[in-house]
Formats: sequence, structure tokens, C-alpha cells
Amino acid sequence: MSVNLTLLIVMGALYACGIYLILERSLTRVLLGLMLLANATNLLILSTGGYAGLAPFFTKDTPAADYNDPLPQALILTSIVISFAVTAFMLGIIYRTWVLARQDDIQDDVEDLRVAETPSFDAEDDAEIPAETSEFPLTTVTAGGREMPAELAAAEEQPGSLNLESGPEGGTK
Amino acid sequence: MNIASLAPLAVVLPILGAALTFLLIRHSRAQRAVSIGLLSLTLALECLLLASAWNSGTAAVTIGGWLPPWGIVMVVDQFSSLMLVVSSAVSLAVLVYATGQGMADGDEDAPVSIFHPTYLILVAGVSNAFLSGDLFNLYVGFEILLTASYVLMTLGGTGPRIRAGVTYVVVSVVSSVLFLIAIAMVFGATGTVNMADLALKLGDLDQGTRTLLHVMLLVAFGIKAAVFPLSFWLPDSYPTAPAPVTAVFAGLLTKVGVYAMVRTETLLFPGDTLNTPLMVVALLTMVVGILGALAQSDIKRLLSFTLVSHIGYMVFGLAMSSVAGLAAAVFYVAHHITIQTSLFLVTGLIERRGGSSSVDRLGGLAKLSPLLALLFFIPGMNLAGIPPFSGFLGKVGLLQAGIELGTPLAYALVIGGVVTSLLTLLAIARVWNRAFWRKPEDAEHPDPVLLAGPSGRAAGPGAKINTVTLLPRTMVGSTLGLVVLGVALTVFAGPLFGLSDQAARDMLDRAPYIQSVLGSDTAVPATVTGGGR
Repeated sequence: MSVNLTLLIVMGALYACGIYLILERSLTRVLLGLMLLANATNLLILSTGGYAGLAPFFTKDTPAADYNDPLPQALILTSIVISFAVTAFMLGIIYRTWVLARQDDIQDDVEDLRVAETPSFDAEDDAEIPAETSEFPLTTVTAGGREMPAELAAAEEQPGSLNLESGPEGGTK
Repeated sequence: MNIASLAPLAVVLPILGAALTFLLIRHSRAQRAVSIGLLSLTLALECLLLASAWNSGTAAVTIGGWLPPWGIVMVVDQFSSLMLVVSSAVSLAVLVYATGQGMADGDEDAPVSIFHPTYLILVAGVSNAFLSGDLFNLYVGFEILLTASYVLMTLGGTGPRIRAGVTYVVVSVVSSVLFLIAIAMVFGATGTVNMADLALKLGDLDQGTRTLLHVMLLVAFGIKAAVFPLSFWLPDSYPTAPAPVTAVFAGLLTKVGVYAMVRTETLLFPGDTLNTPLMVVALLTMVVGILGALAQSDIKRLLSFTLVSHIGYMVFGLAMSSVAGLAAAVFYVAHHITIQTSLFLVTGLIERRGGSSSVDRLGGLAKLSPLLALLFFIPGMNLAGIPPFSGFLGKVGLLQAGIELGTPLAYALVIGGVVTSLLTLLAIARVWNRAFWRKPEDAEHPDPVLLAGPSGRAAGPGAKINTVTLLPRTMVGSTLGLVVLGVALTVFAGPLFGLSDQAARDMLDRAPYIQSVLGSDTAVPATVTGGGR
């Protein structure tokens, strides 16, 4: 099987540009990159069919060696339709992102950032809760580098959550 | 003319349903009736297919009368029909749950009327992927289910869903492009895309080409199955979708990837060329996934991480390429689809009842709704692998197969499997302790719904919740149905293990599959089913 060198070079260029573009943060560029990748793949499928030959099934007496393999073209047709649908959907999403956030960039995950910022010390799981839970705590634990009564440590899920409430004397603790 | 020739109906019926529900888009009641009716019919048909595959073995259907190496075939064997039945049962339960949610929220003519057609297309895509005996048709099945899933993922178009949808769509499209490249390479090397034909022809290629094609296919399927280094998209995108959608994605979509990996490993590239890397990947998937789960406070995200982690078990079973390992993996896939989906459905109920899916903001649910606690507890313990349940049986099967294999890496995986199981228990216990056992007053910024007491009637500012049913009967009922199905997998574990053992034997033998497609006089080259020896 011989291959068409021009097709191969174009395919390589499309792959290179496509991969470069999908690594960008701008959604429009990512979409362009995906389109280039899909088209490069179509060229790859086309080149698996070998050199351009005669049309298959056109006349009955065409020798089999002169046919162009029709299957890759059928595969390409399917994959073009699929990438068309996906591109249309991506454009919709990009427009929606623009309407909602007025920006074209891929946004960070809020919950991911929150988990990343959570300290490894978790008061409810990690604090040493004393066996005696009287109203007048005698035991103190070291939580987050500070000495505090065990009750406070247990109530404190994240640093700062408790400090929002004002203390009994009116000031903040 | 036997029952297996009805197999294409498993794809056609849901697509027909999608067309009908699209026509009925303004009549939500008729829409619900049509989609639930047709999906039940599909489920009944697939039960017949399973029975026929169980009794008379593998059968192939040629579509449109084109003969196998050229035309498209659908293959019904024990593995694919088992997957079909489990996936349709799960999708039916989720559909009922979603209609219940829609009715309870009173959105009779909201934009979610697009939900039914899209959902049925998703089911059709999943069935097509399970039945396909042709690599390119498998790609089409993947694309059908993925395109439907893009729409479901971004349903409503709110900010977080669009943000998560972007990640999901881009990653899925890249994996599809990789799959297509792999198909083009396979076609270039062998001149066929029929899987049975490929099974014969791939063996003649030289080792380097074979390994390249093998790795390309495994990477493409690994992204869809969320295997460790390719799994980071999943916990990022699944949790933001609506609860029923997350549930069906978690149950089905990754398992379609696992299914394709099983076919690649057993049918196309038998032998143990890539078993060692697969085992390492399985170990990393299990351990890294579950460590991620421990860091989460949102139940949906936590469950997404356990989902990634437990994919590792299936890859482990697959990588052993022994009958025992593969049988346990088949059993584990069936178990995990049911359990993971029911946990996500329960989380949807928790979110309704407690006003949040973050464990920090929940508390006292065990007292508020004992039924909800039971519905969470059973699949939770099942997932963690506590003895009587099917999760335990599946893990025991895997561990036994690993010990039978006896290599140091297999022992490392056995230890990793046990540790992952214990850490899953820890993660589930943390959710249980906080959301169900502590007092509602201990929760941080609890939702007014949570503090309102058992009746769910809020006195005071949060009075609008009076108009919404907190735990609609349809939603609880469908969740209960799935939990019962999960328990049934435990009760009928014996026959199910028998079936998966037979399925594994047939898959490793390859002859039933190839001969059903290409005719019974096809010579099947003997394969090295080494089992690690």
C-alpha cells in the first residue's frame, strides 16, 4: 500500500496545531483545536484507503486492484457528522459561558480550590476530645498551633467559622 | 429465527421512544408514559436475550443482510446480555426517579422536557456499545451516548454545570479522537473493523504494531473508564449535574469504558503482553481514588472518587486474564453499576431532605428519616465490602484470583484491594457519622429544612418548603427498588457467579464469539491464556 505524502504532511501539521490549541485556556481556541484534530483524523482514515482509484461498483468489469476502498470514506462521513454535532454543541456552551461569566476562559473548580485550602487538621476528627464533657472544661488541646478548650476545638470545623460569632461579653473571641 | 435476532430492538426501541417523546414534548404526562413504557419493554426484551445467551450460547445478528466481515454485526453473549439487563434495570429506576423529581417540583413545562428524549438516546447508545461486534459501530455507540450525556450534563445551563460541562466535553472529545485514530490505525494495519475478523488478523501482525494498536485502544477506553492517570476529569464534572443524571452517568458510562477494555483485552489482544502495566494502573487507581475520596466533604464528590477507586478492582480482575479473575471482574461490574447508582440516588434524596449534599451542613438525618438512613446504609456497606453483601463477594473473588496468581505484583494488588476496601468503609462511615448520627444543631450553617423537624414543616422564614414534597414516594420507591436489586445480587450471587464464570470462560476461549460471527467452521488460533504462568 502506498500513501500520499502531501496528505501525511497536512495531517501532521493539523495534529500539531490542534494539540497546541487545545492546551490553551481560551475556549474558542480549544474548540478550534478540537476541529483541527477531528479533520486530521479524517485525513488519517482517508490515507488508510490507499491511493485514489476508480469508483467502486461503477461498472461491473472494473478489476478489483483498481478500486478505491470505499469503507474509509464511509467512516469519514460518519465522523464528520459526529464532529459537526459536537462543534455545534461546543459553540452553544461557549456562548453560554460568555453570557454567564463574560469571559471565554476555562474556569477553576470552586470546590477543588476549597478542598485544596482546607488544612489537614480536622477538629472534629483529629482533636483529642476529653472523656469528661463538663460545662467547665479543664482540658485544653492544641489545635492549629493554639491552645484552646477542647469544646471550642471540636466545634471549629474550619479556622474562622466560630470566630464569626460574638462572644458572651459582646466582643469577638 | 431465534430470540437473539431481536437484539437490534434493544437499540431501536429507545431511539423510537426518543422520537416519540420528542413529538410529545408539550405533553409531559404522555412523555413520561411513553418513555417508562418503552424502557420497560426494552428491559423485558433484554431479559429474554440474557436467557437465550444463557441457554444456547453466543449468537450474532447481521444487520441489513451484509455478511460479517463487511457488514455490521451485533453479538449477544453472556457478558453483553448481562450488561444490557443490569444497565437497563438501572436506567429504568433512574428514569422513574427523575420523573418523580420532576413531578414533585411541579415543572410540568420546564425546559427539562428535553430530558426524556435525551435520556432514551443515552440508553440506546449504551445498548449499542454493549451489543456491537464492530469496532466502528462501537465508536458510534460511544458517540451516541456521549452526545446525549453532554446535553444531560449541562441541563438547565447554570454556571457550575456549564463550567463542569466544558471539562467533560473537551476530555470526552479528545478520548473519542484517540479512539478514532486507533480505529484508523487498526484499519490501516488489517483492512477490517469487524471485531471477530480482527481477532484473527491482529495475531498475524508483528509485535511492535500490535502493542501500538493495543496501547492506543486502551488509552482511549481508559479515559472513558476513568482509570487512574486519566481519571481527573470525572470528580470534577459528575457532581454538578442533576442527581438522577449523575447517578446514571456513574453507573453506566464508566462501565461502558470498562466493557470496551474487557473486549480489547480478551478478544482483540489475548495473552498477557500488557498485564503488568495494567496491574500497576489498577493499584494506583484504587489507592489514589480512595485517598481523594477521604479529602472530600461533599457527598457527591466523595462518591465520584469512590467510583474512580472501584474501577481499579475491575481493571485488576481484567489484568489477571485468568478465568477466576475475569469472572470476578464481570460480577464486580454488575454489582458496582447497581450500588454506585443507588448511592447517588440516595444522595439526591439526602440533598432534598437536608438541603445540602455537604456533610458539614448535614446532621441528624437518621432520626429525621430512618428510611433514608436505611437506604444509605445498605448500599454504603455494600460498597465498602462488608460481609454478607455482593461487594464483599466480588472482592473475595478478586482476592482469591489474585492469590491464585501468586506473583508479587498480584499480592501487592490484593493488599491494595483490602486497604482500599477499608478506606472506603472509613469514607462511608464519615458520611454516616456526620450526616446521620450527629444532632442537626451541630451542623455548620444547616439548611432551614434540616432544622424544621420530622414533619418537614418550617415554622418561620423558610415557609416556602411547605409547597415541595421533601421525599416524594416515586423517588423513594425507585431508590428502594435499586437497593433491593443490590441486595438481590447478594442473594442470587451463586447463579450470577456461575453466569460470569461461563462468560469469562467463553471470552477467554474466543472461539464461541468468533465462530458465531464468522461461521462455525472458522479455525480459531489457540491463545496463550497464561494466567500469569
